[in-house]
Amino acid sequence: MTTSVKPKFAMYWAASCGGCEIAVLNIHEKILDVDANFEVVFWPVAMDAKYKDVEAMEDGSILLTLFNGGIRNDENEHIAKLLRQKSKILVAFGSCACEGCIPGLANFSSRQEIFDTYYETISTDNPEHLRPQSHYKMPEGEVNIPEFYPVLKTLDQVVDVDYYMPGCPPESHQIAAVIDLVIQVLQGKAELPPKGAVIGVGNSTVCDECTRKRNVRSITAFRRIQDLAPVDPEICLLEQGIPCNGSATRSGCNARCPSAGAQCIGCYGPAEGVLDYGARLISAFASVIDAKEPEEIERILDGIPDPAGQFYRFSLAGSLLKAGVPAWKKNGQAKHAAERQRGQGK
Amino acid sequence: MTERIGVYVCHCGTNIAGVVDVVEVSKWAGEKLAANGVVISRDYKFMCSSLGQELIQKDIQELGLTRVVVAACSPHLHEATFRNACKQAGLNPYLCELVSIREQDSWVHTDKVAATEKAKAIIAGGVARVAHHEALEPLRVPIHPDTLVVGGGIAGIQAALEVADAGFHVYLVEREPSIGGHMAQFDKTFPTLDCSACILTPKMVQVGSHPNITLLTWSEVTKVDGYVGNFVVTINKKARYIKTEDCTGCGICWEKCPWKVVDEVFEAGLGNRKAVYTPFPQAVPKYPVIDAPNCAYFLKGTCKACEKFCPTGAIDFNQKDETISVPVGNIILATGYDLFDAKRIPQYGYGRFDNVYTNLEFERLCNAAGPTSGNIVLRDGKTVPKTVGIVHCVGSRDENYNIYCSSICCMQSLKFAHLVHERTGAEVYNFYIDMRTPSKGYEEFYRRLLDEGTHFVRGKVAEISDFARLPEEEGKLIVQVEDTLIGKQRRIPVDMVILSAGMQPRHDAKEVGKLFGIACSADGWYIERHPKLDPVATMTEGVFIAGCVQGPKDIPASVAQGAGAAARVLGKIQQKEISLEPVRASVDEQKCSGCRICNDLCPFGAILFHEDRMVSEVNPALCQGCGTCVAACPAGAMSGTVFSNEQILSQIEGLLLLTVNGKKAEAVTA
Repeated sequence: MTTSVKPKFAMYWAASCGGCEIAVLNIHEKILDVDANFEVVFWPVAMDAKYKDVEAMEDGSILLTLFNGGIRNDENEHIAKLLRQKSKILVAFGSCACEGCIPGLANFSSRQEIFDTYYETISTDNPEHLRPQSHYKMPEGEVNIPEFYPVLKTLDQVVDVDYYMPGCPPESHQIAAVIDLVIQVLQGKAELPPKGAVIGVGNSTVCDECTRKRNVRSITAFRRIQDLAPVDPEICLLEQGIPCNGSATRSGCNARCPSAGAQCIGCYGPAEGVLDYGARLISAFASVIDAKEPEEIERILDGIPDPAGQFYRFSLAGSLLKAGVPAWKKNGQAKHAAERQRGQGK
Repeated sequence: MTERIGVYVCHCGTNIAGVVDVVEVSKWAGEKLAANGVVISRDYKFMCSSLGQELIQKDIQELGLTRVVVAACSPHLHEATFRNACKQAGLNPYLCELVSIREQDSWVHTDKVAATEKAKAIIAGGVARVAHHEALEPLRVPIHPDTLVVGGGIAGIQAALEVADAGFHVYLVEREPSIGGHMAQFDKTFPTLDCSACILTPKMVQVGSHPNITLLTWSEVTKVDGYVGNFVVTINKKARYIKTEDCTGCGICWEKCPWKVVDEVFEAGLGNRKAVYTPFPQAVPKYPVIDAPNCAYFLKGTCKACEKFCPTGAIDFNQKDETISVPVGNIILATGYDLFDAKRIPQYGYGRFDNVYTNLEFERLCNAAGPTSGNIVLRDGKTVPKTVGIVHCVGSRDENYNIYCSSICCMQSLKFAHLVHERTGAEVYNFYIDMRTPSKGYEEFYRRLLDEGTHFVRGKVAEISDFARLPEEEGKLIVQVEDTLIGKQRRIPVDMVILSAGMQPRHDAKEVGKLFGIACSADGWYIERHPKLDPVATMTEGVFIAGCVQGPKDIPASVAQGAGAAARVLGKIQQKEISLEPVRASVDEQKCSGCRICNDLCPFGAILFHEDRMVSEVNPALCQGCGTCVAACPAGAMSGTVFSNEQILSQIEGLLLLTVNGKKAEAVTA
């Protein structure tokens, strides 16, 4: 048996935490099926390979590439474009690649603010106020490090994407199912879903998989889960005033968090056809607030101390907003806007 | 894109063309939007004229247009016109989109270049949207022939009688124990000086005995479900503690009742009534009510004098509020007005000085059936005033209170002046800003007053005080006013002051409006569908308004509106069926996870939840297409026809000129 007949597989991480890689390995013995059916040609976390090896490959020679992480710098973008060119099927794998995820929340801050926090806050010892420079001339020649973009972009804001597989990280049973499917396609036993499809998910929302009892909604107060003791194990969390995002979040995880007594925070992203997850959820929550007086409504809404984190924790970069300047950062606004303008020039 | 779209830009005379370069806009649309499917773009002087409509129809037939965008006025005005024109030419009317370049463009901008660019963007939005339209058929539903009239003042009485006389059933709901409204409190009506009760009570009796009218006094509407043609109205009948089937209205109960209560409503605080009472002798219905919060039995558990003496055993202290719900096809709101609270102007001394009266108090004071049997006397009950000052525009035409003119105060004040003069021979001063007597016979009445020797002082009263500076001011009320005709400050000592307090919207007008789904203007009056051409209809189909709810007006105007609203309702009833916009919400059961967020939101009760399948469903017969559930659905499982995501988002892309030249420009990233 020669390796060359096996279809080629690649996986890459851009701006991400590495959890997606762990999730892939977490499919246990199924990983052997990956090895049996694919030749792994590029997977920096698991094997040694150089970018130039990828550059040398023929266009379209990799059958399946799982790309996780958002596009934070020009290295991320370069590899995204390179892998797009070399891959038949490019999958935006995990929440970061699909919609920006936690790294995308940095889109509420300018590059300057991010660097200030990273290099100048009290816990950082930086007496010379050093900042990374993308290009630096040395006697020996110029050294370059990746250029840090003003905002984080999702994979499909940079290249054409064939499939989306959301989750932070995607559930292992879903990864296994997708790999099974691809293997069956290879064996001619199944067909690929239409391009642009979201795969490894259910076709409804988390509520569909959640077994908690639901009644007609009316919310008079939002509470943090730790402030509510005891949490009723049978009743819908939202009904108990815990801001559970399950109703807006795509199914596929078997309602893991709500089953374990924690609210859904929305890592599987919006339901099919929904353009802006946060806007949908804001509208839904607002609809079930049971109050008529403006002050009372205000009081109830104050129960959600971090609306950006509540509604856009995973989806900011991929939302209609894409980025924003929070109201409390008025002074930074002009600077940030200018930087965003420059960012568009690229 | 396979649609063949026609764009029609209207000049609307100079309404649009005066600000927007319509020729340029039309040319631009023909060229730049050609790749988006626009095959023809024309401009025309009046698109809504029959020639303009024919232009569109000819193109539909000759060029095979599959979509039409008309850039003209607001859809409220001419959407029906152009849809109808398309329908006649064989194109489904819902494939026509009217975009407003008048109300939303030419009328609100002065910069011609910018307005022209905006018109282009608006049209690009319409073109992008119309491509996603679907052919729809209007829904036809039957109209329930019964009508609800809310408010038993003169406007409501007139409306109820008109509808009932035409042979249709009416529910007349009134919050007070009797119908009659403010008109029942007046003594005389201007300018003819007819006895108010004499002309009103026959109508009240007619209402009370009409076979087609169900009179529900001492009742309030608590809930309105449904929509035009098929409302379901929930009414709370407050407990009267009287068995109306046994009561003969003989009056023994209120004769025997030992408890006197100041009558703040009908007698405006000037007189007393008993704890069991009818507000006035000619009340309709004749049955009294027991005022439980002021009744000895309810307060202390003893008394029951009325029960002991009632010859027919009609008193029932155990009665409870009763809730009924009735189906009706149309609703007329005639809930009237509240009097401006004269205490809000402390310098006029109402509430501080005994002999400062409001207009409503004075009406009762000079009413033969009132607390003084029609004798005009001071608060002491015996002194006849020798000089009387009447202040116009109290709380009206005043930036500090209400900016509007209450429209009846001039005539009412003239009427007061006449009555004072006639009955007491007192010297009368009228303090006015402008004299407004525009209706039939009003100016003649003013002249009559001039002849009667009433003093008219043109100026806004600054203050009414009891602080005497001169001996002749001792014990008098002094009206401090600038007489603007002689350019001098004057101090005029009088014995009695009458404040012509203006009209203002009912204190609960906003909540009541919400109940019936209609809106208030900034002043608080209900907004009519069109201020000139549709004054009794509202933006909510099937809900009409009449009388002072729509704005201050006199009795003839209220009667005319009551009759007008009735005519509109009768027109609807005669149609038997109504065609409804096919704008409806529907649920994609696949996507619905049964989260139940939408379940309690529907104002029309159109959403059902299937416990067994854990999905929600919309009943299309009840759905009104308001979109509340569509916006709320977190899963995107709910969608609304004519307002799909595709339609809205493509219109936005068009507005942002992202789709010009057929290419969808790169969405701005970050």
